[in-house]
Amino acid sequence: MNNIYFTIIVGSIFVNNFVLSQFLGICPFLGVSKKTNTALGMGFAVIFVMAIASVFTFIVNEYVLVPYDLEYMKTIAFILIIAALVQSVEIVIKKFSPSLYSALGVYLPLITTNCAVLGVALLNVENAYNLFQSFLNGVFAGVGFTLAIVLLAGIRERIQPKNVPESFRGFPITLIAAAILSMGFSAFSGMFGIV
Amino acid sequence: MKSNRLNTLTNGIVKSNPTFRLVLGTCPTLAVTTQAINGLAMGAAVTFVLLCSNVMISLLKKVIPNRVRIPAYVVIIATFVTVVQMVMQKFLPSLYDALGVFLPLIVVNCIILARAEAFASCNPVLDSALDGIGMGVGFTLSLTLIGIVREVLGAGSIFGAPIGSLGNVSMTIFILPAGGFLVYGTLMAVVNYLMRLSEERKLNALHSMPQNDEEEAEA
Repeated sequence: MNNIYFTIIVGSIFVNNFVLSQFLGICPFLGVSKKTNTALGMGFAVIFVMAIASVFTFIVNEYVLVPYDLEYMKTIAFILIIAALVQSVEIVIKKFSPSLYSALGVYLPLITTNCAVLGVALLNVENAYNLFQSFLNGVFAGVGFTLAIVLLAGIRERIQPKNVPESFRGFPITLIAAAILSMGFSAFSGMFGIV
Repeated sequence: MKSNRLNTLTNGIVKSNPTFRLVLGTCPTLAVTTQAINGLAMGAAVTFVLLCSNVMISLLKKVIPNRVRIPAYVVIIATFVTVVQMVMQKFLPSLYDALGVFLPLIVVNCIILARAEAFASCNPVLDSALDGIGMGVGFTLSLTLIGIVREVLGAGSIFGAPIGSLGNVSMTIFILPAGGFLVYGTLMAVVNYLMRLSEERKLNALHSMPQNDEEEAEA
């Protein structure tokens, strides 16, 4: 019984890391990883939105789409839920916690188009997770994303002052760094029998 | 006017290639390119969605209120993605399985929203359609190129057909996630280098032209 929770947690942080082995959320991974601080802010915003989005999309899928045979509307429904959710989270945080808003605010609009959020919602349905498992998967997929983006930001801060060949400057060298990072993470594959 | 349209069409293929120059839509670029055929299929799906959504958004640009334009664009895009999903599931089930979750994820592919916002929302229908095709073809070519490199090095085959005995010495790393980052990064560096080379040549040509004129005048 506990085993499936363990599988979800370790699986989504290390073995099936969203960024480095499933290629979800690559745009913010490359775009917002110049500084460790901003990367951390983005990471927390993603964890937050993913957790809420997992719960809401589960409820809508289970009680609206499945009973009325509307599963083909999944993509449209989920993206609208996520867009609405991000917008309302932004409004609520702005109202009740200005300090949190100033930390996460700028990242929130970017998250709507983060494919990792829609990805986690779709994968929850595909894996037939229940409500709590979906929530858990959302949180820890977000943690995996945060881990990856903070690691890459650390590497990029070190690369920044170095004399990189001109053609490799910017994105190419970042992609090479991500490749080496991904090689490290591929050592986790198959660990604890998680595929 | 005509050359302008041609420019719109070719812009996405070379000068602002979405994959190598704009670095948009990177998730499917890395995820599906383990085989050339998957890259081609993904490119075709994106091109179709891009063309349809660009045309639709260009037609509706006066109707959609400015404040709700992003949600409106997303709904339009999601509709076409659902169409692609249904058609592929019915007629190309093996490709549908290979592309997996990345087929519905075309909705959040930044190329499509970026073109809707930057081009289709302020240009006439025909130009938007050409822009959609150009960007789509550029994306398809890039994905197929990455797919070919990864498939040849990683599996020793091309479009599923084995090349001699290359399969015996293939390097599996190239079809693993790490290889995706590696090939994409290296190809982008090569493209950067070629772009710089052609820019320098253009600059040199500009500098040398007036000199030629003078020489001719002297002669």
